[in-house]
Amino acid sequence: MKIVVLVKEVPDTWGERLLDLETGLADRVSSERVIDEIVERGLEFAISFAEQNDGTEVIALSMASEEATGTLRKALAMGADRGVLIVDEALHGADITLTAQVLAAALEHIGFDLIVSGDQSTDGAGGVVPSAVAELLDIPQLPRLATVDLNEKEVTGAHVTDRITLSLSAPLPAMMSVSERFAEPRFPNFKGIMAAKKKPFEVLGIAELGKDISVLDRPRSIMTEIAGKPPRESGVKVIADENSGRDLAEFLKKNQLI
Amino acid sequence: MTNNILVLLDVSADGSLAPSSHELLGAAESLGTPVALLVGYSEHRNALAQAAADAGATKVLLADGDDGAYVVPVVDALAAAFELTKPDAVLAAHSDLSKEAVARLAVRVGCAVNVDAVNVTRDSEGVVAHHSAYGGAYTVASSATFGAPVITVRQGSIEARAGKQPLASEALTVASSNRKSATISSVTIADAPTTSRPELRGAKKVVSGGRGLGSAEKFELVEELADALGAAVGASRAAVDAGFVPQSFQVGQTGVQVSPNLYIALGISGAIQHKAGMQTSQTIIAINKDETAPIFEIADYGIVGDVFIVVPQLIAALKR
Ligand SMILES: Cc1cc2nc3c(=O)[nH]c(=O)nc-3n(C[C@H](O)[C@H](O)[C@H](O)COP(=O)(O)OP(=O)(O)OC[C@H]3O[C@@H](n4cnc5c(N)ncnc54)[C@H](O)[C@@H]3O)c2cc1C
Ligand SMILES: Nc1ncnc2c1ncn2[C@@H]1O[C@H](COP(=O)(O)O)[C@@H](O)[C@H]1O
Repeated sequence: MKIVVLVKEVPDTWGERLLDLETGLADRVSSERVIDEIVERGLEFAISFAEQNDGTEVIALSMASEEATGTLRKALAMGADRGVLIVDEALHGADITLTAQVLAAALEHIGFDLIVSGDQSTDGAGGVVPSAVAELLDIPQLPRLATVDLNEKEVTGAHVTDRITLSLSAPLPAMMSVSERFAEPRFPNFKGIMAAKKKPFEVLGIAELGKDISVLDRPRSIMTEIAGKPPRESGVKVIADENSGRDLAEFLKKNQLI
Repeated sequence: MTNNILVLLDVSADGSLAPSSHELLGAAESLGTPVALLVGYSEHRNALAQAAADAGATKVLLADGDDGAYVVPVVDALAAAFELTKPDAVLAAHSDLSKEAVARLAVRVGCAVNVDAVNVTRDSEGVVAHHSAYGGAYTVASSATFGAPVITVRQGSIEARAGKQPLASEALTVASSNRKSATISSVTIADAPTTSRPELRGAKKVVSGGRGLGSAEKFELVEELADALGAAVGASRAAVDAGFVPQSFQVGQTGVQVSPNLYIALGISGAIQHKAGMQTSQTIIAINKDETAPIFEIADYGIVGDVFIVVPQLIAALKR
């Protein structure tokens, strides 16, 4: 089975994340870049499946800038078999539909039985790129799963929203996205890091995908304004005593919060 | 009709119109003529159409759904409604089903997508979506280079409401696209909560608990305080991971983003990813026994202490 994991590189949420107030794009210099945690859970799922099922190939696919190569190597160090990175000048600041078109073209180029994505990313938090890709490829999609069951023919899983749980299934080829209910990712060990150096890693431009995709083809979303907000300041901090509850109740009342 | 704004409406687990409908129709009225689309729920159809008109839909398009197929029937209905109404914009809730449906519509018919808007406006060039990025650290506006944008709206973020309209509903003829969808083999609906607690999304007051609560049983303290205040209940990811409460309670970067008048954090350290979901709250109260907990950096009123001692005192004071 061929499993392609859609790997998104994002600014590390543990650090300060800045947007460039001129371009509206992420400030790549000041923020450290990492594989989004949710994608690592997707990789963990795919790699564990491959460990238990001979003949499974796990491919990490990303659309990002050239500098993402280093970040993506981590997917190989975790255990993915090879990496494909789509880099193109024309994709600078790509919006949702352009990203989806490029990923769909790359997926057709690579071939797949199952596509695994994160449910939503921590930078855009759109959570719609996978759906757009599924629409373009005309394959069934099982979004935001809490649990999953995969075999050579079929993928089934539970999609959980506020009060409703849907049991979803689809024959392969199909697409699924993982949620935070999936297992935490493994850390690459030394052996994995050494092995990753020898694994195939391709960097392709749009032209090499055999598709004619341009930002001008369709309407696109553009950022027209951006402003930063000053960080929040702290107020009072008191050490608890027997009057703390009463004092807090008074604070709430005084500020018309109750 | 001119200046149509096509609004995809969600339906709640109990078959009633989802709360997001009111803000979507309110937003749509500020942009043009709200035309609502309801897909499926044939047994509740008349009541839903009436509720949509009451919430401001000048017209309600009713399409058949398919209980066995995930999302694709909704996209097919959206495509038919888009063709019929030629809207200036498409609005939908940023909910699981609706955001996927409209994103698929966008690639199918060729529209730009702007997601997770907290407000929408119109200028001379067209409809503009306003977003709150990186947990409220930035405000960003986006629009389409041309054509009608598809916009998803963060639930509970828009105050505008539309005036009541006379009911005008119409069955929508939908041609199936025959695109492949996942099959829905079963639907399980959890029992409705027994309390009248407000929904977390869009709540005016939120009380959240973290790992510091220690167990699911002891998490009841959070619920008790919430009920004393008429607040919604939230949680940190650590509390969700530990199984104290379901995932839908999670506040933060990868959970629900809230912006209430009052946010009370109990036994929550205030990791950067938690703050990203609540730091735009008007007033923040934190109770944590570790005085170096980062939550205190953004709290208007912080108490260094044990939640199991301070919170019962507070509940007693509130009841007095
Ligand atoms: C990509 C990513 C996304 C994430 N998304 C989210 C998210 O959406 N939401 C989220 O919350 N987290 C998220 N996290 C996790 C986040 O980093 C923290 O791990 C999490 O918020 C910690 O939860 P906590 O504060 O309850 O637990 P802890 O950090 O363990 O803090 C518990 C606190 O309780 C205090 N305490 C203990 N006992 C008591 C007592 N009796 N009385 C008073 N105080 C007490 C302790 O002093 C401590 O400060 C994310 C992480 C990553 C990497
Ligand atoms: N540029 C990208 N490259 C690879 N995968 C992506 C990219 N953008 C989005 N994805 C995938 O889509 C998921 C949801 O992303 P988003 O729709 O941006 O919230 C991510 O977790 C990834 O799996």
